[in-house]
Amino acid sequence: MTETASMQTTLQDITTRLKDKPGALLPILHEIQNAFGYIPKDSITVIASELNLSRAEVHGVISFYHYFRESAPGHHTIHLCRAESCQAMGSKQLEAHVKNRLGIDFHETTPDGKFSLEPVYCLGLCSCSPAMQIDSEVFGRVSPETFDRSLAKIGA
Amino acid sequence: MTVTVYISCDSGALALGAERIAQSVSREAQQRGIDIRLIRNGSRGLFWLEPLVEVQTDQGRIAYGPVQGHDVSGLFDSGFLNGSPHSLFLGLTEELPFFKKQQRLTFARVGLTDPVSLEDYLAHDGYRGLHNALTISGADIVRQVTDSGLRGRGGAAFPTGIKWNTVLNAEADQKYIICNADEGDSGTFSDRMVMEGDPFVLIEGMTIAGIAVGATQGYIYLRVEYPHAHKALTTAIAKAYAAGYLGQNILGSGKTFDLEVRLGAGAYVCGEETSLMESLEGKRGLVRFKPPLPAISGLFGKPTIVNNVISLASVPIILDKGGEFYRDFGMGRSRGTLPVQLAGNIKYPGLVELAFGLTLRELLYDFGGGSANGKPIKAVQVGGPLGAYLPESQFDIPLDYEAFAAIWAVVGHGGIVVFDDTVDMAEMARYSMEFCAIESCGKCTPCRIGSTRGMEVLDDIINGRELNKNIPLLRDLCDTLLNGSLCALGGMTPYPVLSALNHFPLDFGLTDQADAA
Repeated sequence: MTETASMQTTLQDITTRLKDKPGALLPILHEIQNAFGYIPKDSITVIASELNLSRAEVHGVISFYHYFRESAPGHHTIHLCRAESCQAMGSKQLEAHVKNRLGIDFHETTPDGKFSLEPVYCLGLCSCSPAMQIDSEVFGRVSPETFDRSLAKIGA
Repeated sequence: MTVTVYISCDSGALALGAERIAQSVSREAQQRGIDIRLIRNGSRGLFWLEPLVEVQTDQGRIAYGPVQGHDVSGLFDSGFLNGSPHSLFLGLTEELPFFKKQQRLTFARVGLTDPVSLEDYLAHDGYRGLHNALTISGADIVRQVTDSGLRGRGGAAFPTGIKWNTVLNAEADQKYIICNADEGDSGTFSDRMVMEGDPFVLIEGMTIAGIAVGATQGYIYLRVEYPHAHKALTTAIAKAYAAGYLGQNILGSGKTFDLEVRLGAGAYVCGEETSLMESLEGKRGLVRFKPPLPAISGLFGKPTIVNNVISLASVPIILDKGGEFYRDFGMGRSRGTLPVQLAGNIKYPGLVELAFGLTLRELLYDFGGGSANGKPIKAVQVGGPLGAYLPESQFDIPLDYEAFAAIWAVVGHGGIVVFDDTVDMAEMARYSMEFCAIESCGKCTPCRIGSTRGMEVLDDIINGRELNKNIPLLRDLCDTLLNGSLCALGGMTPYPVLSALNHFPLDFGLTDQADAA
């Protein structure tokens, strides 16, 4: 099966399986993003037709939510908290260090495709600010030094 | 003899290395041929001591912390499994002053039990509330909740019993219970701690709500930023189904309640109840006009209870011990306990559950130990990103909904974020506007455009441009946001902005308080 055909199959499977749930659109989008790391353009047509929505409505929902992305992320995604508790513990300096170290801004991916950087407004780790998440792992009391060490561990 | 060791799997503990410590303790025990039973509990909420390792002894649970990887072998050498002295020895966990001074009702089991063990939940008074609820009428359940004086712990502080009563009396073929688990306020983590540390208490609270008002379907709308809570909830829900605590004919009562977790997708505004319902219906999270109230026409147009995690998690103990028991805690019209979260620049960050009425100063200094770096505390923001910034002169206000309202502040979800004297309050005010601009759903103009305009005006103020013109303009803009916004996002952004301006005029380039008027 070609890559596109297998993608189409996965999209169709997810949508067919979940479409009868009440309010099915978000669960469907979550499963698609879990499967591909983002919401491929092709999925809009499939979802729209299965849920009897216009493509504009589906696009409107995807673009409303910060979490859904329409392009592939880097190999690792770094979520850096920007909220008040983390600011009180120096997250602005950390943010500057991280951007400088990776050479990218928020919502960007490094040219080698290794890292994506996303802001997050609270990870619920305010008791150990500043906090970040790399893929599924959470880190508290992050300093520029401990950030560099975490990055080295995953191969930067 | 097998020794039981507790190491937390709470995200806060994990962020400080608890997973590594748990693996290291298991490995070390195995190498030494010692049989241990390692339980991954919730957190006691003493985060400056995490990763905390507790050992079950004849005297009770002895704590060691904060444990780093290189400490593990030494702990075994010193015989910590018998509760022996060590440089990290803290004594009995429950005798630690930060913990001992608390009144834990909602958090009674968090950190004590294995979060996803139904047996452990039952052994620690779990499901006693539901058992009682099944023996009385829906109206009597609602009366207990009303009598308890419980008000919504999510922020608006609306009496829970009144909301439930409206849904109880609404005629409909279908009703819903929604748990608003979209805790997105900086400085708050009590919802996360309950969901990760005692998920059954939330499930039980929602089941009681369903039985009370005749709702057969519940949804937990959980923020996607909480993957560990998601895992704990789905595991606990599956176990509750398997044991007959959810689904059809609950415990042979003939009652039905189904429960599902739905994930949000990173939109702060979906913590607003009408926006949350739009999101659950699969739409953009745009705020709805009220009325109609969700209690009359909510999810899919049906009568719906929308309550916060802590509100629902407080219900089982009310049904277990009675509304009066709960009401006897607290002051004035703020009854029961509030799990307060100490965060930001604070020496002892953590969770403190106490009856309403304690002052900020007691929380900041007696519990929190002052700032993390010993510098003077300049400001604290209470109640999340839409809460007011309070200066030192207001630290003696008791934690009470009405007392806070009287100084134009909010208790909100009980999150307290501490800032030392290096903070620039004009920058914090600008950040509040920026946050509102990023998170606005866009439905109403004051919030959508006002927040962006607010950033521009604050940039001018920060750069010292025409303060005599821009300060009144900022106030005017805040007035429009306050009075013209559809929901609390736009309607409350003026709280942090104006409180910063009013209490810290020097940071805005003004020479004294009078100029700020």
